[in-house]
Amino acid sequence: MSLSIQHPAILETKEAFGETTLIADPSRIVDLCRHLKDNHKFVRLDSITAVDWHPAEPRYEIVYHLHSLESIVPSTSIPKVGRLRIKCSIGGVSPEIDSVTGVWRAADWYERETFDMFGIGFRNHPNLIRILMPLDWEGHPLRKDYPTHGYKYSYQKGD
Amino acid sequence: MKYQPFEDPVATIQALQEAPASPSSPRRMTLNMGPQHPSTHGVLRIVIELEGETITEATPDIGFLHTGIEKQCEFTNWHQTTTLTDRVDYLSNIGNNLVYALTVEKLLQIEIPERAQWLRVLMAEIDRLNSHLVWLGTHALDIGAMSMFFYCFREREDILRLKEMFSGQRMMTSYIRVGGVALDAPRGWEKAVGGFIRQFPSKVDEYENLLDNNPIWKIRTQGVGHISIEDMLDLGVTGPMLRGAGIALDVRKTEPYSCYQKFDFTVPTRTENDVYARYRVRMEEMRQSARIITQAMEGMPGGPYVADAPHVVLPDREKMKTQMESLIYHFKIVTEGPRVPAGEVYQAVESPRGEIAYYIVSDGTSKPYRLHMRTPSFGNLQALPVMLRNTLIADSIAALGSMDFVLGDTDR
Repeated sequence: MSLSIQHPAILETKEAFGETTLIADPSRIVDLCRHLKDNHKFVRLDSITAVDWHPAEPRYEIVYHLHSLESIVPSTSIPKVGRLRIKCSIGGVSPEIDSVTGVWRAADWYERETFDMFGIGFRNHPNLIRILMPLDWEGHPLRKDYPTHGYKYSYQKGD
Repeated sequence: MKYQPFEDPVATIQALQEAPASPSSPRRMTLNMGPQHPSTHGVLRIVIELEGETITEATPDIGFLHTGIEKQCEFTNWHQTTTLTDRVDYLSNIGNNLVYALTVEKLLQIEIPERAQWLRVLMAEIDRLNSHLVWLGTHALDIGAMSMFFYCFREREDILRLKEMFSGQRMMTSYIRVGGVALDAPRGWEKAVGGFIRQFPSKVDEYENLLDNNPIWKIRTQGVGHISIEDMLDLGVTGPMLRGAGIALDVRKTEPYSCYQKFDFTVPTRTENDVYARYRVRMEEMRQSARIITQAMEGMPGGPYVADAPHVVLPDREKMKTQMESLIYHFKIVTEGPRVPAGEVYQAVESPRGEIAYYIVSDGTSKPYRLHMRTPSFGNLQALPVMLRNTLIADSIAALGSMDFVLGDTDR
């Protein structure tokens, strides 16, 4: 799939394994997403997640997977689709990025999950609370410095 | 103390969500459904705000089955991870094996032999039948058609026997592995699969006879659980729900994988966009799956069932006894695991519930650096508040059932 997407927020475009990745400026992510939805038919947000590159800096990569549909009217013919990945790097001290819930409502739970698992804040999210872990859980499990068995229990002798 | 249901909302909703903390009108009631409600097919809690019998707000609360599979994947090697993917969606484990294997193979860039691909398609479709049968049985049971459950589980038992025949396991098969499949098709498989698949379409007719001529079934499902196409696309819904609204989005057709392009099948769609339409779509999908299985059975090519990639695929047991290289590869694969080149890939597959996609980041070592599972149940369940708004509470059971979610798939 070859796409010609022009937007000032795009820092770099990569092609690997037949997949297109846009490296974007995290401060303008909402702008870029709206542009992709309105002008490039990316009507579906497939998922949002993050990758923790601890101890490297910038520590986190937010990864968006988008899915485009040629037409959204009922029909029995198979629609043409396209996929796109957007990545934003953000620093590790107080990781924050703008929420894209205003563009796709599907972002709601994916951003909550990313917050839950990585502790990344999403500005302007309507309800940013934990989704999979209990509400009073300490720590963010998918961070690389989080031990697999959690902080609460240790399996040392004498505990 | 006197119980005052209208003045005191259940205190726990405040902890769940700040917004609907206090019911605005005295007629409203907050009702807690689950997490152990039988119609939720797992452990799902829904906090429902009611006005009379009409739902004004429904808030799903998930995470009860969270097992940290994504975290565990970072500590198991590439082959061990296959067994974890089985446990994500325990009703269609083959779909999860398949998407994992395809994603890793994309990173490894190895060629999968024809026979392995056809075996994958065969098992994936058998698994789709399995999942749809469990869905049909439990969904009909929720609505009150109890005998459906027995009929569906009768056929499901045959399917589990087939799965056992192919892989040695009934449910957590781990049949599809990175580089091919676990075992070649067993002796006499054509007879077993053929015997099952020849009589299966007539069984689907039998189910339809039971349900389609049943006025209660029609009243309970027709016109219930409507949600607009725009809402569904915006909320990330995929699978039979989207096809029940008329969008023929099926990864098997839009982005064919594992030689699905060689099979002749159609993507059934309906336009009613209600519980009944989703039921019709899934019934038709069962027929199409049976068609694919028949084609796979008749045209099954010969040849090897694993790829020619000694650094990834476990060597043949017999060769290990005579060839030094096989023994060395076996030792390396078992002790430290195969290494996968660095990179990131995303691969989607059509599971019985919708689009399942894995995002894998590798740093060149023998374990995944990050594995994200985009599961269909998680995406579909997000549409629940929109679907249930302004419907009757009695219809919520039918609407919930039509989504066909698996909570293990949602919470991972």
